Amino acid sequence: MAGEVNGKTTIRILLVDDEEEFVTTLSERMEMRGFDASVAFDGQKAMEALKTRVPDVMVLDLRMPGIDGMEVLERVKKTNPEAQVIILTGHGSYKDEEQARRLGAFDYLQKPVGVDTLVKSIQKAYQQKIESAYAAEPSDESQSPQNRH
Amino acid sequence: MADKMKKWWDLCRQILERDEEKKEMPRRYRRLRRNIIFLMLAVTLIPLVIMAATNAMQYQKNIKAERIKPIRAIAGKAAHSFELFLEERLSAIHFIASSYSYEILSGQATLHRIFRILREEYGGYVDLGIINNDGTKVAYTGPYDLLNKNYSNQQWFNEARVRGVYISDVFMGYRDLPHIAMAVQNLNDQGESWILRATMDTKKFEDLISPMGMDPITDAFIVNSKGVLQSDSRNYGKVLDQFPMEIPSSDSGTHVRELTDPDGREIVMVYSRLIKYDFTLVMILPQANVFQPWHTLKQEMSYMFVASVIAIFLVILGSTHLLVKRIREADEKRVIAFRELEYTQKLSSIGRLAAGVAHEINNPLAIINEKAGLLKDLVDHDKHHDKEKLMRGVSQILQSVDRCRNITHRLLGFARRIGVQYEMLDINEVLRDTLGFLEKEAHHRNLNIEFKFDEQIPKISSDRGQLQQVILNMLTNAFAAVKDGGEIVLSTWEKDGQTVALAIRDNGHGMTEETMRQIFEPFFTTKKGYGTGLGLSITYGIIKKLGGEIKVDSKIDQGTTFTIFLPKTPPGEMENE
Repeated sequence: MAGEVNGKTTIRILLVDDEEEFVTTLSERMEMRGFDASVAFDGQKAMEALKTRVPDVMVLDLRMPGIDGMEVLERVKKTNPEAQVIILTGHGSYKDEEQARRLGAFDYLQKPVGVDTLVKSIQKAYQQKIESAYAAEPSDESQSPQNRH
Repeated sequence: MADKMKKWWDLCRQILERDEEKKEMPRRYRRLRRNIIFLMLAVTLIPLVIMAATNAMQYQKNIKAERIKPIRAIAGKAAHSFELFLEERLSAIHFIASSYSYEILSGQATLHRIFRILREEYGGYVDLGIINNDGTKVAYTGPYDLLNKNYSNQQWFNEARVRGVYISDVFMGYRDLPHIAMAVQNLNDQGESWILRATMDTKKFEDLISPMGMDPITDAFIVNSKGVLQSDSRNYGKVLDQFPMEIPSSDSGTHVRELTDPDGREIVMVYSRLIKYDFTLVMILPQANVFQPWHTLKQEMSYMFVASVIAIFLVILGSTHLLVKRIREADEKRVIAFRELEYTQKLSSIGRLAAGVAHEINNPLAIINEKAGLLKDLVDHDKHHDKEKLMRGVSQILQSVDRCRNITHRLLGFARRIGVQYEMLDINEVLRDTLGFLEKEAHHRNLNIEFKFDEQIPKISSDRGQLQQVILNMLTNAFAAVKDGGEIVLSTWEKDGQTVALAIRDNGHGMTEETMRQIFEPFFTTKKGYGTGLGLSITYGIIKKLGGEIKVDSKIDQGTTFTIFLPKTPPGEMENE
C-alpha cells in the first residue's frame, strides 16, 4: 500500500532495468516527482526486492540477463497480483506487447519515453490498483492518489 | 582427297578461330571443349575405323576369292586339256609303235604312209622317225634329211630308253616354228629296243589355251620347269624366251599368286603344273581387272567413310561448341545469380541488423532522454545549480551519444561494403567488430562468449564486408544453436605461412552426419518454415571466392565448430570476378 510522506500518500514504484545509468536517473527524476522509487538491475534482484517491499507499480524492462522481464511479470502476477506492472522496453515487438498484456501488464511503453507519459501511466496504474482493491474490499481505504502532484 | 581434307580442316579452324576472336574464351572452357571433342571423336571414330577396316578386309577377301575362283577353274581346265592333248598325241605314237613291228616301220614306205594318215587324222605332225638300238635313225619321213643320223649320245634318246616315253621341251624346228618332239620306246622280237620319234608343231597349244572363255586381257601361256616360255606370251616374250618371273615350284594343282611383275604391273598369276609333263600352264591377269569390283567397292566405301568422318567431325565440333557455350552461359548466369543472392542475403542481414540496431539504440537514447530530462528538472526545480551534477549529466549524455554512434557506424560499416574490396585486415578485430552486432543478444541470453585469439596473428588481405557477412552468418547459426547460457568460443590462429584460420565453436544442439554433409548445399535448411537454406551455401561461396576453405565438425547435442581458412593474400584477380 502507498506510504505516507509529509502527510501525503506516496506511490511506491520499483524500476527494473539492466541499464543502470538509465534506471538510476529515472529513479532520481521519479523521486523529484514525489514517487517513492527504488531500483533493481535485473530480474533476480527485482524478485528479491519484492520479498521485502511490494511496490504499487512496477516499471519493468523486458530484455535482461538472467530472469527476463516477461518471467518477472509472470511471477509477480502470481505472487503479488495487486501490484501493477508497466513494461518499458527498447525491444518491444507487437508479439511481446501482446504476451505482456495477456500476462497482466497494465501498460506497454517504448523507450525512450517522455517522463510525463510515464508518470501518467504510473498514476493510472495506481488508480487501477486502488479500484481493484476497493472492488475486492469495499471497506478499505479509498484515497485517490490523483491530483497529488 | 588430301586437298579436300585440308579444305575441311581450314574451314573448321576458321570456325574455331573466329569464335575465339569474337569472345575471349577462358582457358578452362577451351580445355573442356578440347577434351569433349577428343573424347567424342575417340568414341565415334575408333569404332568406325575398326569396323571399316574389318569390313574392308572381309570384303576384300571375299571378293578376291569370288573373282579368283572362276579363273582358277579355267586355268585348271586348260591345264587338264593340255595334258590330255599331250597324252592323246603320245598315245597315238604309242599306238603306232605297238601296232607295227620294227621291221614294218623301218620300211620307209610304210612309215611314210602312216605319217600321212597321222597328219590327216591328228594334224600338227611334222616328221616321224625310227631309231634303232644303237641310236641310228633307220627310217625317217619329214622335211629334213635325217636318215642314218646317230642320236646315241643325245639326252632325249637316253631318257626315252630309260623311261620308255619322252616329250621334249619346245624348240625351234622346221620353218622356224616352235615344235616339240615325243618319242616312245618299244622292243622288237630280238628284245632290242627301238624308238619311234615324232615331231609336231605347237600351233595346237594356242588353240588349246586361248579358247577357254577367258577375258581378252588374260595372258595365258606355257612354261617349262626351267622357266622357258613354251608358247607365246602377250607381255612376257615369245616362245623360248626366258619367262622373267620365277614360278614357285609346287605340287600339281592350281595356285594363285598376287605380285608385281618386272615392269611394275600388279598382276595375278594363276598357274597349274601338269601332272605328267614338265610344263606349267600360266595365266596372268592385271590385278586391276580381276579386283575391279573390289576397287569400286573400296572407293565407294572410302567416300562413305570420309563423308562420315567429316560429318561426325562437324557434328561433334558444332554440338560441343554449343554445349560448352551453354555451360559457359549457365556458369555466367550462376555467377550472376550467386552475386544477386549474396547481395540479397546481405540486404536481409542488414535488415535484420537494422531492427536490432534500432532496438539497441533505444537504450542509450533512453538514457539521453532521462539525463536531459533530469538536467531540465534540475534547472526547473533546483534554484541552486549544482554545477558538478549538471556536468555529470551532460557527460553521460555524451557517452550515450557515443554508444549510439558506435552502433550506427558498425551497421553502416557493414552495409556500405557491397562490392569486393581488398584491404589489410586484422581478423581478430573483424571478429570482435562483427560480434558487436550480437553482443546485446549474448548479454541478454547470458551466453558465455570466449575469445581465444592469437593476438600476434598477421594481417591478411581480404574483403571486410564479405568476411563480416560470413562471420555474421556463422555467429547467427551458433546463437541459434545454443540454449540460453550456452557457450561460444571464437578462436584465431596462424595455420601456416600462407593461411590464417578462425573457428567458431558452440556447445549447442549440433547436427547429424547427414545434415553435416548437406549443410553447404543451397536450399538445405533445418530451420523449417523460416530458413531459406541459403546462408551457409552463400557463406561457402564467399569463402571460395576469397580463396579460402570452410570446414564443419559437429556432434549431436555436443556442439558444432566451423573453421574457416583464409589465405593471407587473395588468389589471382581473375578468379574473383
